[in-house]
Amino acid sequence: MKIVNTSVPKKDALQLLTGQPVYTDDLAPKDCLIVRLLRSPHASAIVKSINKKAALLIPDIEAVYTWEDLPADAKRFTLAGQTYPEPSPHDHLILDRRLRYVGDPVAVVAGRSEAAVEKALALIKVEYEVLEPLLDPTAAKDNKIIVHPEENWEALCPVGADNKRNLCAHAESSAGDIEATLAACDIVLDRTYHTKAVQQCMMETYRTFCTIDTYGRLVITSATQVPFHVRRIVALALGIPKSKVRVIKPRIGGGFGAKQTCVSEVYPALVTWLTKKPSKIVFSRYECMTASSPRHETHMRVRLGAMKDGRIRGIDMYAVSNTGAYGDHGPTTVDLTGHKPITLYRTESYRFVSDVVYTNNMPAGAYRGYGAPQGMFAVESAVNELAALLKMDAFLLREKNIIHEGDYLPSYYGETNTSCALDRCLMRAKELSGWEEKGLCRKLKNGKVRALGMAMAMQGSAIPYLDVGGATIKLGDEGTYNLLIGASDMGTGCDTILAQIAAEVLECDLDAVSVFGVDTDASPYDSGSYASSTTYLTGQAVYQAATELRRRLGLLAAKLLKCEPEEIVFDGKKAAKIDDSGALTLAELAVASQSGNDVALDVTASTKSTASPPPFMVGVAEVDIDTETGEVRPVHYYGVVDCGTCINPNLARVQTEGGIVQGIGMALSENVTYAPDGRVYENSLMQYKIPSRLDNGRLTVVFEPSYEKSGPFGAKSIGELVINTPGPAIAAAIANAVGTRFYELPVTPEQVAMAAARLKM
Amino acid sequence: MELTLTLNGKKMSRLIEPGVLLLDFLRGEGCCSVKRGCETSNCGLCTVFLDDVPVLSCSILAARVQGRRVTTLEGLRQEAEELATFIAAQGAEQCGFCNPGFMMNAIALLREKEEPTVEEIRAYLAGNLCRCSGYEGQLRGILAFIEWRKKKRGGAQ
Ligand code: FES
Ligand code: FES
Repeated sequence: MKIVNTSVPKKDALQLLTGQPVYTDDLAPKDCLIVRLLRSPHASAIVKSINKKAALLIPDIEAVYTWEDLPADAKRFTLAGQTYPEPSPHDHLILDRRLRYVGDPVAVVAGRSEAAVEKALALIKVEYEVLEPLLDPTAAKDNKIIVHPEENWEALCPVGADNKRNLCAHAESSAGDIEATLAACDIVLDRTYHTKAVQQCMMETYRTFCTIDTYGRLVITSATQVPFHVRRIVALALGIPKSKVRVIKPRIGGGFGAKQTCVSEVYPALVTWLTKKPSKIVFSRYECMTASSPRHETHMRVRLGAMKDGRIRGIDMYAVSNTGAYGDHGPTTVDLTGHKPITLYRTESYRFVSDVVYTNNMPAGAYRGYGAPQGMFAVESAVNELAALLKMDAFLLREKNIIHEGDYLPSYYGETNTSCALDRCLMRAKELSGWEEKGLCRKLKNGKVRALGMAMAMQGSAIPYLDVGGATIKLGDEGTYNLLIGASDMGTGCDTILAQIAAEVLECDLDAVSVFGVDTDASPYDSGSYASSTTYLTGQAVYQAATELRRRLGLLAAKLLKCEPEEIVFDGKKAAKIDDSGALTLAELAVASQSGNDVALDVTASTKSTASPPPFMVGVAEVDIDTETGEVRPVHYYGVVDCGTCINPNLARVQTEGGIVQGIGMALSENVTYAPDGRVYENSLMQYKIPSRLDNGRLTVVFEPSYEKSGPFGAKSIGELVINTPGPAIAAAIANAVGTRFYELPVTPEQVAMAAARLKM
Repeated sequence: MELTLTLNGKKMSRLIEPGVLLLDFLRGEGCCSVKRGCETSNCGLCTVFLDDVPVLSCSILAARVQGRRVTTLEGLRQEAEELATFIAAQGAEQCGFCNPGFMMNAIALLREKEEPTVEEIRAYLAGNLCRCSGYEGQLRGILAFIEWRKKKRGGAQ
């Protein structure tokens, strides 16, 4: 391999680093109407009356829309960017009369200046009938308060949803007889865990601008991971044909799943469609923290059954996932909460039962890891506690129980573990972190305690049988190529990685491949960038398209050189006859392809997958704990990753480092809490603490690759996997230091200080 | 009101609303490298130089820069490209949205100090949040740049 598995710089690196205008708001026309939303101050209310007369008198105000302006028979839709028919229930309207969380949109205002819009927002008079909110997810199922009582609420897929019971989804899966297994175990650990609704906090908040094109179609330019889903969702929301909508994705300032939900698009789309004028919306950070799509808060009960010798025999999990006011990604995220962590272990039986419930909290959505980080915290914490109970090393306990390559995976949809270096990851992580030499806990001279903790993780690669990867490659002028994709590079570097795959197959320089993406009018269909699918699934499409293009280049060359295609040898630069009696350079072929030619030199390939090969990771956290203040400071995090072949090791490393630090945030400082009236307390980057560069210590990341035959050049996914280990690993390190286990994330300094004080008493 | 300033080396006068923030003024002038990431002065995305000192343009009224020099990343192309190559060599620019503010502050640091230590680098750039990279790659890039500059300057002597 020449270009695959090398750390070439990203194709857009210098443009990004020198601040070129490539993001949505940089590209928006100057004369855009400014769109902003009047949002509900109540967690549960009904709009009794709404008066917009005064607002409309402001000269610079173009339009104010309320629920009364939308068709009475408007169909509900989901904002979740998923393959149709979406598992997420259709429970949204653009503007609804019933308001379900603090921040739910009440009116859409569009005007020619920020100041005018601001003023108009203050002048809209709304009378609310305030209702009692439902804020406790553990009491949501069958509560007398119903979040979605409406008759036109609809679940398109059989996900066990029932709006009259506040159920967005219910599922049960199992293998073997879990009760019998647990009854036969020496030890059954029964614990409850809780993780909060952490925020993606991509640096670029949600934003979208819309225009009408020459043909009267609606053109949406948006920071989105799912352009094709946006097209469908907006068309459905506005009640217009999909063919009237075109979606363009420029550079995105981070997504992490946030932009897999259509959070901002429908509002300017409504304004532009009705006024036929360009408009844009740019979410404030405040809106991003209070009315967005954070991780599902999850309560989990885990029963872990094992023998005295450390053999883990069964895992039983029940999860309650809080989807908040709307069910975007509700039924699907929770699936990972159970199936990902349970699958790490070879057990005789397992069971996973889940309820996804509606409440009057801000709606949840997709965040890196989907539901896996929650479950990984629960199961890995339980296994760490089991190790302590058995007085067995946490690594040794894993070594005895993990799955291996070739294993049949009953809790992972019956797939086979086709590529797996988890055993090697364990060995390497133990070595790398100095696990044995350092000991789990030691006192430092400065009075602090330094402790170690570890955890494992896995994720998937794409959604099998459902999602589609697409790529088009064509020969351009001078013997270069254009690669057209429908997957969204949100900073992950997929434009570069996919170009590397194309260049490897076509034996050309990376610079010879120009990448284009995404425009729903021009890009081949692709489900979008989520579910850890781009490298694995779209990468296969690129591989196939490039391979077919090679074949066609041979065909054209054979025609021109008047021989059989089998007699042509193509080496990336020229197509030559085997016997050296003639040759054409690629540039000559390019010229020939544009004159009197009937061999199409552009190829589109679509791929689906029949499996979701898991990547694996082992993480070791080394933290310093101040037993006086309770401060926990990560000093070093060690990560060993099996993502199959690294297409670009540098980019894989930075992905891993970024994911680890997000995981550290989730473990120690990131928290979403609610006031009794349902307002979010952490409504800015001041209150909501993401790690700064002073908070994460050093990071060491190494790769221990397996080879996944179904992936392009042996690759699996990496993007989501890497956020999973810090939660349980850091919680374990804290337990090793202060002797108390924590069953909730984040673990706050107050809690640690109290625990340390108890230890001293 | 009228505002006179030197923006990226060019003297200019503009009529502005008194309440407009420097950040919005600069974006209006086509300096799109200047980004907004928060409303609470926490993210550092909006960092520009005011008379060569890094400041948060979201927290300064445009009116306050009367008669002064403002520099954005657009005005530092060459200096930026030199450092950028080293960040790119690590793949540490991911979404890139934090990069302009980060680059401005890193350039300020590297102008101020010949060989800052790891601790100094982290402290100086603590106000520049990045949600993608985990910071480690940015650090590697800066350290590599410092090495390169040392060699280059050593060689020139
Ligand atoms: S915009 Fe966040 S600090 Fe200026
Ligand atoms: S590169 Fe995305 S926020 Fe820093």
